[in-house]
Amino acid sequence: MKIIVSSTGDNLDSAVDSRFARCRYFIVFDTDSYEWKAIPNDSAFAGGGAGVQSAQLAAREGAKAIITGNIGPNASQTLSASGIKIFTGITGTVKDAIEKYKKGELKESSGTERGFGFRRRW
Amino acid sequence: MNKNGITIVIASGKGGTGKTTVATNLALSIASKEKVLLVDCDVEEPNDHIFINIKLQKIKDSTLPIPVIDKKKCTFCGKCADFCRYNAIAVLQNDIIFFPQMCNSCGGCKLVCPEGAITEKDRTIGSIEEGHHENLTFYRGILRIGERSTTPLIKDLKKIALKSNASTSIIDAPPGNSCPVIESMYGSDYVILVTEPTPFGLYDLKIAVEVTRLLDIPFGVIINRDGVGNKSVEEYCKREKIQILMRIPFDEKIAMLYSNGMPFIEELPDWKDRFLKLYEDISKEIGKG
Repeated sequence: MKIIVSSTGDNLDSAVDSRFARCRYFIVFDTDSYEWKAIPNDSAFAGGGAGVQSAQLAAREGAKAIITGNIGPNASQTLSASGIKIFTGITGTVKDAIEKYKKGELKESSGTERGFGFRRRW
Repeated sequence: MNKNGITIVIASGKGGTGKTTVATNLALSIASKEKVLLVDCDVEEPNDHIFINIKLQKIKDSTLPIPVIDKKKCTFCGKCADFCRYNAIAVLQNDIIFFPQMCNSCGGCKLVCPEGAITEKDRTIGSIEEGHHENLTFYRGILRIGERSTTPLIKDLKKIALKSNASTSIIDAPPGNSCPVIESMYGSDYVILVTEPTPFGLYDLKIAVEVTRLLDIPFGVIINRDGVGNKSVEEYCKREKIQILMRIPFDEKIAMLYSNGMPFIEELPDWKDRFLKLYEDISKEIGKG
């Protein structure tokens, strides 16, 4: 099963990026084969619509879960519509985050569609 | 743009320098002599109405077309989402999501859809209000809260306002130097850039000067709160050969009147003469005086 971690760098030792849509890299990790790749995020510096773009990328890659720090309402709405699970509030390295995910230690974000991103936090 | 008279835009770059102060005092000074139109283009936060005693009436909603997607016809091919440079459409394997706030109403999605699944409907982005009092005609736009389509609302507002046949139009532009300001300046005869003599005022003034020069509109500078800060704005204007049209002092009386929503020309009548002189000078400079 494929998962995507928002990352500040292009490898598993990089820190989890606190932002989903505007992270520097997406680490796509296959939890069965342990194969992984890093995709540079073209939307990182987009004027607008980064959330929509990044969520579509996740759907295209066939991800079933997103691990990140924070996520905006447009991205979360698009991911929810694709049936992709969202885990927020994650810090540390990408590798640690994946291990915690595999052990079932990460808690899925409560709330659906809207409101568990920036708007509710602040 | 305004066939019958001159159009003067009050802009600033930096916010809070005194655009509204200049726009309302200038318009009211002119109104003491002749017909004048005042348009508040700061649609995100219009406040000219506070300084003019006028009853406002909503005349229309301003709308933009947005796509309506027929999910029964949609094959989720993704062509519309690929085309949309504003990322207002997300196409997933078996679903399509439209984000109205991101849409710039270009209509491209409708054109590229091979299935004819996209039609359009109007979405309200704000409203336009009008008021009259003796020589003064006033228009303002009010953007809906949370809305981003500032520029189309200003365009609509100007189109409607400039149809009224006042001899002179004063346009109060929003702060900044981006599209809404350019839309406010576009087609005008003269731009007054209001600044303050501080490093912040100077920084944004320089950008505003660049924008105004690009649009090839004659302009001059008003220094507000003259006496605070430093001489850098004066020196810059001298170096760039930009005319300083007026200096409004950093004065407690003026600040108090502003805080009470009073145009200061009414309490300090010599300023009415100075604004009228300014108007006369500008009219002469652009050859319509």
